[in-house]
Amino acid sequence: MIPWEEWKTLTSARIGLGRSGGSLPTKELLKFRLDHARARDAVLVEPDFRNLQNGLENLGKDLHLETISVESLARTREEYLLRPDLGRRLAEPSRAKLQSYKGEYDLAIVAADGLSAKALDSNLIPFLAVLLPILVYKKFRIGPFLLAKLGRVAIGDEIGECLQAKATVLLIGERPGLSSADSLGMYLTFDPKTGKTDESRNCISNIRPDGLDFRRAAEKTVYLLSESLRRGISGVDLKDEMKPDFLENQNSSKIEID
Amino acid sequence: MGYKTVLGTKTYSFPDLKSLLAKASPLRSGDELAGVAASTQEERIAAQMALADLHLSEFLNIELVPSESDEVTRLILESHDKVAFSSISSFTVGELRDFLLSEKTDSIAISKIRDGLTPEMLAAVSKLMSNQDLILAARKSPVITKFRNTLGLPGRLATRLQPNHPTDDPKGIAASILDGLLLGSGDAVIGINPATDNVPTVIALLEMLDAIIQKYSIPTQSCILCHVTTSMKAMEAGAPLDLVFQSIGGTEALNKSFGVDLSILAESQQMALELKRGTVGNNVMYFETGQGSALSAGAHFGIDQQTLEARAYAVAKKFDPLLVNTVVGFIGPEYLYNGKQILRAGLEDHFCGKLMGLPMGVDICYTNHADADQDDMDNLLTLLGAAGCNYIMGVPGADDVMLSYQSTSFHDALYLRQVFGLRPAPEFETWLLESGLFDQAQAFLPKENKGQFLLEGILGESSR
Repeated sequence: MIPWEEWKTLTSARIGLGRSGGSLPTKELLKFRLDHARARDAVLVEPDFRNLQNGLENLGKDLHLETISVESLARTREEYLLRPDLGRRLAEPSRAKLQSYKGEYDLAIVAADGLSAKALDSNLIPFLAVLLPILVYKKFRIGPFLLAKLGRVAIGDEIGECLQAKATVLLIGERPGLSSADSLGMYLTFDPKTGKTDESRNCISNIRPDGLDFRRAAEKTVYLLSESLRRGISGVDLKDEMKPDFLENQNSSKIEID
Repeated sequence: MGYKTVLGTKTYSFPDLKSLLAKASPLRSGDELAGVAASTQEERIAAQMALADLHLSEFLNIELVPSESDEVTRLILESHDKVAFSSISSFTVGELRDFLLSEKTDSIAISKIRDGLTPEMLAAVSKLMSNQDLILAARKSPVITKFRNTLGLPGRLATRLQPNHPTDDPKGIAASILDGLLLGSGDAVIGINPATDNVPTVIALLEMLDAIIQKYSIPTQSCILCHVTTSMKAMEAGAPLDLVFQSIGGTEALNKSFGVDLSILAESQQMALELKRGTVGNNVMYFETGQGSALSAGAHFGIDQQTLEARAYAVAKKFDPLLVNTVVGFIGPEYLYNGKQILRAGLEDHFCGKLMGLPMGVDICYTNHADADQDDMDNLLTLLGAAGCNYIMGVPGADDVMLSYQSTSFHDALYLRQVFGLRPAPEFETWLLESGLFDQAQAFLPKENKGQFLLEGILGESSR
């Protein structure tokens, strides 16, 4: 018989909790409350934008990729939470700033804080450090890095439109769960334009060391981006047909470049 | 033409039906965000008073979204049954409430008028109803569906075993399935939200679930909650698919934002029916809905979010689903701000769905940026138990590690079954007892670790 402790190593889900009658044992009840309290506190924290800016500048140095900070129409974190419409649009000064960066880009890389500061603080730079060399090797023309404050997913559409990029790759802090407060999400939109909706996007969720690790997330991003640019589509029309990792040889740690 | 209510010297005017419905709606953040909510509490009640006096036939004459541009409106009008409507055609909205609550109105009386009710009529009457009204009337409207077991019988409560995993790892999923089955969860469906909409992953997970269900002869069904077109690709590839899943909404434009329309849903239903995988019935569709999605997609046309949600049920009804799930607090506080708003929305959705004749389940849930906690979920859970909800979610420890939200747990289902003396679906109950997993003597609770070894092969199953 396999002991519970071993089963529990197979998933971060709360399994094998035991029970008091049909209910949770005291220890588990309080553990849940503590995790919830921490997640609630995390929602109100802002990312360290200065640090992120430095990190992006370092990454982009050799490639001469600039890092541009922009802001959405939302002014405070509270307003951001209750007014998603404001988080989807650029503030006018930011929009004006982007006019001079129009170019012949295959993609615009945008980072937005979303609902988890921790996702950006911990995972944005390390993930891009894995992704960027592959994009460069594949000769994608990359626009300047965009750092969008209080931005929602759709702000990537307006940014991509301003830059005249063929596609937007938007990285955003996903809402913090109880077991993971640092999940980064990737949203790909081909032909980004203000007013596009969810069916036109492909999403990769849960990019973090304990979730979809950086190597696999980068492979998937490059796969979707390549297919998207080749076929001129994204979203529900573009199916992810990549063989899942658990069906492959798990030993391979090499990034497939072609 | 407009509507008005005179209160003393003050006259409240409502220019059209959709503004009357929106302003009569109980307070919620999404309607405020859309700019359609009443601006004062008094205006809200004035709207409810005007709405109470409105004749039901008015809803057949006014299209909230023009039928020329909206196939959901066309569907609602085409599927309206005039014969069923005839006995209530003279009713006002207020009289419909009185009728539904009358002690003379039982489930048979409701089933007779059911097809004469449009989603907008039900949304309207729900706005007049108190929470207890919504519970009482829904309780009178049981809806029974079948695939490999029978769901929705009075005195029964099923659960969807939701063993999600952040990277769709089969072993991690299997561990959660095992935990859920040992706690009596999974009769509504064993349903996985995949981390990505990847066709080979969907097929691999379908095969894994099918192997588990067959090996242990579990009277239940499986579902991978991917996009309908992905399910169709999986079926084309010969995957063992039980149920077709899709998120749907109350306008053509919203459905388009989900990448679907009525014809693609019909096509997928036909494909699933042809697989003939049900044993006791043939309800092959599984829909999810939730207030706020239309506004989120910019497809709300100035209509309040609860009325739009009710219109989504007309879409669901066309396809005889096994399960319809309103995911009530999933999107966030910009649509339902706090525990009170989530609770009210859950009861409204359950009521409107049941009165339409849908097998309603509720994903009683919230996110960490909403002003809600587990006690709010306990409240709604208990009220839905009283209202006769078909099923709830069974998520390990109420914490979904893939979708990052909090829902109801295997333990919550055990609680609800104890409080109301509810039992799982009959076929599943028999399986739990016959496999020695559950004890009938102790308020229908699991036997202590007795059945564990019986099912441990599930962990091996996942490496297939």
